[in-house]
Amino acid sequence: MSTTEHQSDPHVEPHAADVAHDGHADGEFAHKPDSYYVKIALILAVITALETSTYWIDFGAFFLPTLLILMAIKFVMVASLFMHLKFDSKIFSWMFYSGLLLAIGVYVAFLATFRFFAPT
Amino acid sequence: MAIIERPSTPAVVGAGAGAPAVVTPSQAYGVLRRPVAATGWRSWVFTVDHKKLGIMYGVVSLFFFLVGGFEALLIRLQLAGPEGTVLSAGLYNEMFTMHATTMVFLFVMPMAAAFANYLVPLQIGARDVAFPRINAFGFWCFLAGAIFINTSWFLGGAADGGWFMYQPNANALFSPSHGIDFWGLGLQITGIASLTGAVNLIVTILNMRAPGMSLMKMPIFTWMILVIQFLLLFAMPVITVALFLLMFQREFGATFFDVSAGADPLLWQHLFWIFGHPEVYIIVLPGFGIVSEVLPVFARKPLFGYRFVVFSGAAIGFVGWGVWAHHMFASGLGPVSVAVFSVATMLIAIPTGVKIVNWTMTLWGGKIWFSTAMLFAIGLIVEFTIGGLSGVTHAVAPSDTQQTDTYYIVAHFHYTIFGGAVLGLFAGFYYWWPKIFGKRLSESLGKWNFWLMIIGMNLTFGPMHIIGLQGQPRRMMNWTEARAGEGFFNLGFWNRVASVGSLILAVGVAFFIVNIWVTHRPSSKTPKSELDPWDARSLEWITQNPPKEHNFDSIPTVHALDEFFHRKYEVDHDTGEVTKVASAEEILAAEEAKADHHIHLPSPSYWPIILAFSLPVMGYGVIFNRFLIVAGALGVLLAMFGWALEPSVADDSDYDPPAEGGSNKELATIG
Amino acid sequence: MAVHTPVTDGHDDHGHGAAHATSTGLSNNKMAMWLFLGSECLLFGGLISTYMLYRGRHPADLGPDQIYDIPFTSVSSFILLMSSLTMVLAVSAASMKDDRRTNLWLTITALLGATFVGGQVYEFTSFYREGLGFTSSLFSSSFYTLTGFHGVHVTVGIIMLMALVGINKRGRIPGQKAEVVELVGLYWHFVDVVWIIIFTLVYLIPS
Ligand code: HEM
Ligand SMILES: [Cu+2]
Repeated sequence: MSTTEHQSDPHVEPHAADVAHDGHADGEFAHKPDSYYVKIALILAVITALETSTYWIDFGAFFLPTLLILMAIKFVMVASLFMHLKFDSKIFSWMFYSGLLLAIGVYVAFLATFRFFAPT
Repeated sequence: MAIIERPSTPAVVGAGAGAPAVVTPSQAYGVLRRPVAATGWRSWVFTVDHKKLGIMYGVVSLFFFLVGGFEALLIRLQLAGPEGTVLSAGLYNEMFTMHATTMVFLFVMPMAAAFANYLVPLQIGARDVAFPRINAFGFWCFLAGAIFINTSWFLGGAADGGWFMYQPNANALFSPSHGIDFWGLGLQITGIASLTGAVNLIVTILNMRAPGMSLMKMPIFTWMILVIQFLLLFAMPVITVALFLLMFQREFGATFFDVSAGADPLLWQHLFWIFGHPEVYIIVLPGFGIVSEVLPVFARKPLFGYRFVVFSGAAIGFVGWGVWAHHMFASGLGPVSVAVFSVATMLIAIPTGVKIVNWTMTLWGGKIWFSTAMLFAIGLIVEFTIGGLSGVTHAVAPSDTQQTDTYYIVAHFHYTIFGGAVLGLFAGFYYWWPKIFGKRLSESLGKWNFWLMIIGMNLTFGPMHIIGLQGQPRRMMNWTEARAGEGFFNLGFWNRVASVGSLILAVGVAFFIVNIWVTHRPSSKTPKSELDPWDARSLEWITQNPPKEHNFDSIPTVHALDEFFHRKYEVDHDTGEVTKVASAEEILAAEEAKADHHIHLPSPSYWPIILAFSLPVMGYGVIFNRFLIVAGALGVLLAMFGWALEPSVADDSDYDPPAEGGSNKELATIG
Repeated sequence: MAVHTPVTDGHDDHGHGAAHATSTGLSNNKMAMWLFLGSECLLFGGLISTYMLYRGRHPADLGPDQIYDIPFTSVSSFILLMSSLTMVLAVSAASMKDDRRTNLWLTITALLGATFVGGQVYEFTSFYREGLGFTSSLFSSSFYTLTGFHGVHVTVGIIMLMALVGINKRGRIPGQKAEVVELVGLYWHFVDVVWIIIFTLVYLIPS
């Protein structure tokens, strides 16, 4: 790499300087302390333990709804907190969740045509 | 900050001192020195310029249009008389399968990509797309996949299961050649092009608009492209799943669609049509976008109800996800499913109808200039409406059970696809030709082109309504005199009409090719086009014909929908009177006078083409020899590392525009 | 002028700064990644639905209920979940330009991911020994396809993590280092989130 041209190039420098000071503007979430993420992970771990416990403990009629709800909670927690959707632009949430909801919509309809959800 | 700069072309722009120089870095961290050729074949093969890529997309898909057309002619030749012997039964199956595959995946979709690539950055006032290298990669994937699929002709026969490749008919048992393997793997490869293109164009459109261009000031063509890219984004993975299951079944002994193993072949149909119905809108919306640009220009009126056209486009895109099972009414879905999908299908005719009304209202009271582009646009309105109407007739499930798998369906989708998508693309050719190639195509040859195509298509596809309702099935290699019926509804007569029509259609298309030749042959006397030959309305016309490598000397600031029109004309709000206040030349000169000083364009790269052409190697590997998979995979890996180590941002030089002046649009770092 | 350090640092800033100059103010790269992940939802949705459709189609003695080892899979699921924590810590370290900790967390994430993939390989081989081949039944084909696709995604993620570490070590990330770590992070979390769904729908809910 050569820097000679660079140094003689007056047009580049101001720009770099320009942007340097707003470099942290979207770093809001970046400053969450590590302990914050550890706490979330602990909650996720507890939920996972709860999920796994269904293998040994009989939840009866609550079995299915419990599992699905716990799954959804974990999903949303990772998406909003670890993936920062909660702190980031709504456009990102919108892009991701439209894919997700579309997937749920078409595939549930698709399984329904096979009478997948029909009581057996 | 270090920067490595090296002028590629001594691009002198504007006049006098302070002219911007196009700067291309020669090499950065990459393994190889970056390609820098500005002329010759290297400047095309390694280019990341959206305009060059757009032209290459166009040339290749035009070629496949001719290939697909040739296949269609063979089909019509076979059916011209009773007991046709032009093609064997097997070859006939290959022919209709490859005709549809070619036309859908290798012509209409990439031709739409050609227009999108070339025009979207120009229409939104950008200097390239967000991910130029990924853009190049997409094109090469398309080409690699297209070649791959078509080599099957020489390697044991092409796919023969119909373009929807229904199961279990497409199992190795019933289709022992490698054709379907080629088809599935090839479509995976072209699918990568669609997916990366979708991501790229969405980001480009959302992020790289000129200052002032809010979404509702965006040219309508760009809007439709945006909708299409979302459809592609979400539809491609569905066909990807289906194609993987197909490959596992045919190559690795899985039984996903094998009834004897207890499978549900309808799984395939669902996956295919969950992709397939959005796909038909992917096919037709580019045409809609193009005519929505062409009609206002040649009717000399703004598009009627811009907002409605935008929202109905989005609505079509959305509702299009809930109707796929109308392709499966006869498959035993059960009454509830059939009813639900039947109603949903009828609903989709509403936003489609809204568009037709808007176009008609745009024409209403306009001072219409019947240029060739305009004729094609009007042709689209008429012919597509016919296709939409027959669509509604098979939205009604009981009537569809009579029609399904007959020529009536063939009539429907040709009126929608040929009448909707293809006529739209031709309108686009004639309209944007001077922008892209600097010369207008001949209008008189264009009229021949148009009328022969219109007459040809109606003679070809019109009779298919009758043939179909009379009960002639699709995908049958012949018909017999004995069962042809009598009088007006005689199958033989209408089949002959359709075949003659297809020849007329072919002559019409030939006129287009001739037109290109006449306009561009070395001895051509066609003058260079005026700067603004059609008195156009949108941003892409505030550039030279063809545009400079960096498109805009300075990025225009947008104040209105139809920005270019509003710079040329002043509209008196009370009287509605329109007075010309500036010429196109003056407007462009004003923009060029403010030229940015340093314009950094993204740098060419070897990696996109290397990566793309490693994929068919893997494809041949899956079919013939597993070692080739490894070889291809090594190519992929090498190319990915080369790619990752070569910043598309050769430091600052990829920022667009440059260090100072104008707005700052970020070009991607990874793209 | 010292060349190297300023180059990378400058680029970090540049990345964020320039990001604000796009029409939406959002980074191109990140938007592209989110779009891609939205698209991936339909890919995994299709695979999961195929599995759902076929999970009951198998010989009586070789179905999900006989073959799954829930305690084992619970542990490996837990490991993958925790790799999301280490990933987010890497992202956070990267955004504070702490190269050493970034690399540390990236490496740990890759190791946890590798443990998960190793677990999957172990699981597949033990299933295979019990007689569940890829083509044994519709259940087995769709099971291996779904979890195999996921495994490939994790593997690709591991490669990206290791490449990041390598590039990082040599100070060779061309600008926007923090953002690249964040992008890989998004991908990684997505793969984890998909597993959250697979773990519940495929393993925990009996057919
Ligand atoms: C008014 C809107 C439309 C309606 C209500 C409609 C309805 C339908 C229905 C119900 C079928 C299934 C017929 C059968 O196979 O039995 C069908 C087939 C088809 N439609 Fe449409 N359609 C519409 C617009 C379009 C458009 C815009 C396109 C493409 C640009 C299109 C392309 C096709 C194709 C390719 C098929 C046949 C697929 C095959 O079996 O190979 N349709 N349409
Ligand atoms: Cu449809």
